[in-house]
Amino acid sequence: MRDVAVIGVGMTSFGELWRTPLRSLWAEAAIAALGDAGVDRVDLVTIGCMSSGLFTGQEHLASLLADELGMAGVPAARVESACASGGLAVRAGFAEIAAGLAEVVLVTGVEKMTDVDGADATYALGTAADAEWEGFHGVTFPGLYAMLARVHMQRFGTTREQLARVAVKNHANGLLNRHAQYHLKVSVADVLESTLVADPLRLLDCSPVTDGAAALVLTTVERARELAAGKPVVRITGSGLATDTVSLANRGDLAELGAVRLAGERAYAMAGRTPDDIHLAEVHDCFTIAEIMATEALGFFAAGDGGPAVEKGLTDLGGRIPVNTSGGLKSKGHPVGATGVAQVIEIVSQLRGDAGQRQVEGARVGMAQNMGGSGGSSVVHILEVV
Amino acid sequence: MFSPARAWREFPQRYRLEAARCTECGKVLYPPRLICPECGGRDFATEVLPRDGTVVTYTVIRVPPAGFTEQTPLPIALVELVNGVRLMVQIADVADPESLEIGMPVRLEFRRVSWDGEAGVIFYGHKAVRATG
Amino acid sequence: MTVGIVGYGAFIPRRRIKLEEIAKVWGADAPAYKRGLQLFEKSVPGADEDTVTMSVEASRNALARSGGVDPALIGALYIGSESHPYAVKPSGTIVAEAIGAVPALHVADLEFACKAGTESLFIAQALVKAGEVEYAIGIGADTSQGAPGDALEYSAAAGAAAFIFGRDPGRLLAEVVDTYSWTTDTPDFWRREYMHYPRHGSRFTGEPAYFRHSMSSARGMMEKAGLEPKDFAHAIFHQPNGKFPKRVGKMLGFTDAQLETGWLSPWLGNTYSGASPVGFTAVLDIASPGDLVLLTSFGSGAGSDSFVFRVTDRINEVRDLAPRTRPQLDENKIYLEYGAYAKLRGKIRMAE
Repeated sequence: MRDVAVIGVGMTSFGELWRTPLRSLWAEAAIAALGDAGVDRVDLVTIGCMSSGLFTGQEHLASLLADELGMAGVPAARVESACASGGLAVRAGFAEIAAGLAEVVLVTGVEKMTDVDGADATYALGTAADAEWEGFHGVTFPGLYAMLARVHMQRFGTTREQLARVAVKNHANGLLNRHAQYHLKVSVADVLESTLVADPLRLLDCSPVTDGAAALVLTTVERARELAAGKPVVRITGSGLATDTVSLANRGDLAELGAVRLAGERAYAMAGRTPDDIHLAEVHDCFTIAEIMATEALGFFAAGDGGPAVEKGLTDLGGRIPVNTSGGLKSKGHPVGATGVAQVIEIVSQLRGDAGQRQVEGARVGMAQNMGGSGGSSVVHILEVV
Repeated sequence: MFSPARAWREFPQRYRLEAARCTECGKVLYPPRLICPECGGRDFATEVLPRDGTVVTYTVIRVPPAGFTEQTPLPIALVELVNGVRLMVQIADVADPESLEIGMPVRLEFRRVSWDGEAGVIFYGHKAVRATG
Repeated sequence: MTVGIVGYGAFIPRRRIKLEEIAKVWGADAPAYKRGLQLFEKSVPGADEDTVTMSVEASRNALARSGGVDPALIGALYIGSESHPYAVKPSGTIVAEAIGAVPALHVADLEFACKAGTESLFIAQALVKAGEVEYAIGIGADTSQGAPGDALEYSAAAGAAAFIFGRDPGRLLAEVVDTYSWTTDTPDFWRREYMHYPRHGSRFTGEPAYFRHSMSSARGMMEKAGLEPKDFAHAIFHQPNGKFPKRVGKMLGFTDAQLETGWLSPWLGNTYSGASPVGFTAVLDIASPGDLVLLTSFGSGAGSDSFVFRVTDRINEVRDLAPRTRPQLDENKIYLEYGAYAKLRGKIRMAE
């Protein structure tokens, strides 16, 4: 297996981008990443996108978007694993280079979500649940995570305030990220007083509906060293992919995100790392409870300690293990297909020392954890400066 | 919204709560599958689920998906039936959402789950109601 | 050959609205209404309840009391209702599918204002008696609507009762002694196609309609069977309000004690096709072996079906195998304000 490096990153600002269609969002991120990498030719394009069909009425993205860059003819493939589609696109690009099938891959993620109204967006996102046996009964994504939250709170004593602290922290981080959808300071009281969406989760526990795209250029570490021109070379040292039951009815333990634990274990094993080696992590905080459960599943904290950890500031910028320095899905925004790629961009920026005011000092090993549905799939990548 | 055909093929499960018992290991599957996830068995006997159970976890949805507005606030729960099978169902006849709790005994009743507006088909199935007595 | 009931069951929704709550919205004189109509509250179906859902639950209760009747042997299923959820597409197929009676059976939805329920009983028992089918189930169910502010709004309620008829002597819990029906064309109450609410002839619904038909049917029944009011332990009449069934009973010579058990309307309201059948389930819940029971329905338009039943020893073994009717009426109630009631009953115009 060949060693794989990230040599270029690019993303759009995240937000309600009313003037920009899906193809332009995607092209903007792709052009930025290719420019950052200093390449103009790729062997493969991977695209993570959850549901362009339901959100915009457009499928067949791989060919459509490759052509948008004037690359018709290039191998291109769209991958989908609900909200983990972006992470899966990274994994797909990584695998092709590691296997020697490609030298340079443009990895992208995109979602254009604001062309439909709220009810239709809720429906589109809801298709990541088990449509026949759970969606049929009217459950929404906030509803599924609310059910997980209720179990976690009962099992471990996780508090409503601890959930709120996740939102407070991530919004504080988002204030420092010019790409973030929200530049908004929120307090624990703001979260606790925000509108109930699905008890016990409130509006400020939820990530927003977002338009955005993100892109990476991957190549071999060998090639990366040639192109580095003095910049740090960031290598993907671990990649883990796992599934779990989509339906909560068949889930073994509702207080644990099993797919996240498995994907994490696989990434740690490939990288030869342990949770203690990770200097910072982007985790999939689609809801506040998700961040707490993900930090436990990834082994940063023991089961049940995720809530107290955020309360103690262990995951703050400057804490023991900063989590979601980008602002996370919560504040940066969550264009679902783009999220997994954008998480990797934040880690690359941190490892390169390009993160500005939110820079984690001495960061050399970082992790990006992307998740689909209510934990039905997860992709974890470990990145290191080499 | 579901098409009539998509709902129709699942009437045995939705209307009569038919599940499949693996003749190999005894695991009860709802909905039925072609292969037992427990033992790999491929031979099943149809079995009707019991209608009594308890709430494993729940929420009350305040922002409903399309088609559920008239039923909002929408209490919904993961219910474990007395034979161990779990299923996602709405909780019906909730006077006070604050009265819901994990472990609450429930019984499944036949209800309208959703409907395609005033002119479309009605989707029937089961909901949980608090068990009494 | 003796034909009779082998299983019975009722279903009453848990929601209620008090008469005062409706009266205050329309500026009506609640104390006078309560005195005049003998109505205190009524059942209200949830947004997720309809004639089909209540019929399924009532039928399951009937099966639970049937001593293990195989649903596949139910050869006919009839639902009488004026609130079938579909104008075109049967209710009975859904119920038959849900209780496992499909596919070898005859199904029909019946409509005859408030007597559609007893029509279904009438036809079901007749088919069993004719030997056409092993078992037949007759259901009366309604989620009736009165126009907002109309007198009917104080009574139109929801409920269902189901009765499985058979001829297996070991299963009979009440024998059908005799039946009688009395029908004329009397336009006292109607709802035209595509109309949301029914209309009625106001006081014309009383003497020429309800009283004339109910009394003629009950008298004809007793004459045909050679019985008098004193021979009956219980009598149940159609109950469009609290007042009428008591009055018609007294006029025929029945006592309060005979009328009391099946008289549910003051707290249940008028469940239309379900009304006298649900009252009958309340009687079976407490009846003694050997009791004779008179059941007389009334349906606007107009007609009245009468039945004489004789309760058997088996009643004591089966009545507690499913929820009794009176506890369904008296316990676990959820009281609604008019706003929530209007929402549940589709009286609020929603976005298209």
